[in-house]
Amino acid sequence: MSVDIEHIGTIDPSKYDELGIGREDLMWFWRTMVLIRRFEEKVIKLFEEKRLVGASHLYIGMEAIATGVMRALEKDDYIVSTYRSHGHALARGISPRLVMAELFGRATGTNKGLGGSMHASMYPEVGIMLTTAIVGSGVPVAAGLGYAIKYKGEKRVVTVFFGDGAVNTGAFHEGANMIGLWKLPVIMVCENNLYGMGGRVDRVTAGSKDFSVIHRALAYGIRGIVVDGFDPVAVYIAARKAVEYARKGNGPTFIEARAYRFLGHNLKDPQRYRSREEVEIWKKKDAIPRMKRILVEHGYATEEELEGVETEILREIEDSVEFAEKSPILSFEELYNFIYA
Amino acid sequence: MREIVMSYAAALREALREEMRRDPNIVILGEDVGAWGGVFTVTLGLLQEFGPQRVIDTPISEAAIVGAAIGMALAGLRPVAEIMYMDFITIAMDQLITHAAKLRFMSGGKIKLPIVVRTQYGIGRAYGPQHSQFVPSWFLQPGLKVVAPSTPADAKGLLKASLREDNPVLFIEAALLYEVTGPVPEGEHIVPIGVADIKRKGSDVTIVAISRTVHEALKAAEILSEKHGIEAEVVDPRTLYPLDLKTIASSVRKTGRLVVTTDEIKSGSVAADIVSKIVEDPDTFYSLEATPEIISSPDMPVPTPAPLEKLYMINAEKIVNAVLRIVK
Repeated sequence: MSVDIEHIGTIDPSKYDELGIGREDLMWFWRTMVLIRRFEEKVIKLFEEKRLVGASHLYIGMEAIATGVMRALEKDDYIVSTYRSHGHALARGISPRLVMAELFGRATGTNKGLGGSMHASMYPEVGIMLTTAIVGSGVPVAAGLGYAIKYKGEKRVVTVFFGDGAVNTGAFHEGANMIGLWKLPVIMVCENNLYGMGGRVDRVTAGSKDFSVIHRALAYGIRGIVVDGFDPVAVYIAARKAVEYARKGNGPTFIEARAYRFLGHNLKDPQRYRSREEVEIWKKKDAIPRMKRILVEHGYATEEELEGVETEILREIEDSVEFAEKSPILSFEELYNFIYA
Repeated sequence: MREIVMSYAAALREALREEMRRDPNIVILGEDVGAWGGVFTVTLGLLQEFGPQRVIDTPISEAAIVGAAIGMALAGLRPVAEIMYMDFITIAMDQLITHAAKLRFMSGGKIKLPIVVRTQYGIGRAYGPQHSQFVPSWFLQPGLKVVAPSTPADAKGLLKASLREDNPVLFIEAALLYEVTGPVPEGEHIVPIGVADIKRKGSDVTIVAISRTVHEALKAAEILSEKHGIEAEVVDPRTLYPLDLKTIASSVRKTGRLVVTTDEIKSGSVAADIVSKIVEDPDTFYSLEATPEIISSPDMPVPTPAPLEKLYMINAEKIVNAVLRIVK
């Protein structure tokens, strides 16, 4: 069986009209990406001030991926997320208050604080059914969700996010095989940020060319789209295609969104495996200033308008911290209520 | 309720069939559960009755079988995942222990996961170290329930209860039990999870017997009664986690003596867990008139040659000897 790979590069603003991309989409993309960026910058600060403790895997540099994908999904679609969860949560529209409270381990968080940063996006209320902290483990779960959709004859789709490191796990291969075999309505989104912790794609992935992992999709008869993960419009177009394809009952798509992690794997990562120069080169591709330039230069918005949005975002984030810090923590006794149904 | 004599395998099949007729959200997935009918015949005929959408032959992918079951449950189905041999479950450990057993807790009690993972341990068939292990203690994990019925009636009743349970259940069968026959109540027969059963009443010693060894313990009890005038009480915990300590402890307080029998190795076993819980309970501890005994397999992988495996396995004679050591 031969399967196609499609490449979607950075999309020139002159193409927006014919692709049906308007001001509303672009403003949403920009706002969502800025919200994620500023939220996580605040998280870094809170860690520095020791107001936050524990794990924190930041999404900075990859905002365009969650932003583009979530825009293509409907309310009742299912999502499987990963421990790099803040971006997924915010792009799906979960209130920053709930996400921040979860990071603070408060009872008002998305999971009453019991998930924390690595599970902050797990929120079945918006369709994020699982946020796993185990690399690759979400893929078979997505297969099960996809199977259930097909079994019930529903029109939903499942989107499962995972990193480039996941494609070398057993769970990924077992799950991808089921997804491909049963032609399940699943969109597999590989957030290829080049590094699985410190392991660069080409150093840990057999058969990888140009740091890509798309060959993994072909092995399972799943069609592939390689997309510029720094362009929310490109990611949105890729996701829209995959969603339409799945909703029509044609089966899965593997989207490889090529991006870069501007920060370390987590806040404790000394980043000995890469040079500062390398990071600086990649930062030039940053989606947020590019989107801002496009908005202003093509007359979608004025500088002042965007500054106004940003001020509002900063206020929203400050409010989320205040909300979180004022919220209670569960009592130890209450924990026993959450072990069994 | 009318009872029909049937095999353990047939009783399980009846439970699956009755529950699947009742609840269209129940689906079965696993290796060769469909066309083959399950290598131990438990799912025989279910494909014909319920179709391939509900009786799903999967690739040989244990992690994805349990992982997909989690996804199905998250979407409102009630999957029954079959792992052909208990040895193979290590491949699905992440999905079962680190996902299924944890999701409710780490979601702050929001997520409900009605999953049954059926498996069996294969000791006694000369299949060797990788197809014979009985390792229930690996699964004594909060968030998971572990059951191991020993009789056809319990097999049916506990499987029906498991299929109505809103928590993940590891349902452990034994290859040597599939052909064991016994009376099974027709229709709505439910054995609640977490309740032990006294399989034989007695006053001199309590034998807590797990899974297959219940039958050896019952044989031992007959020998003890006939030849030695000792009346053993045989308690089958049926659920290994959470354990019905109350029933076991009250039997021990009555008899003053405890023997636990299991097909596990002793170190880190459920049997050891039971003994530790009994001796930790002051009322029960002070009622003991002898040291408790665990009759288990030795700390050794299961040997393949049939005669050696026979020596490795526990039997009625070994249980009789243990009882005679502590009842004087």
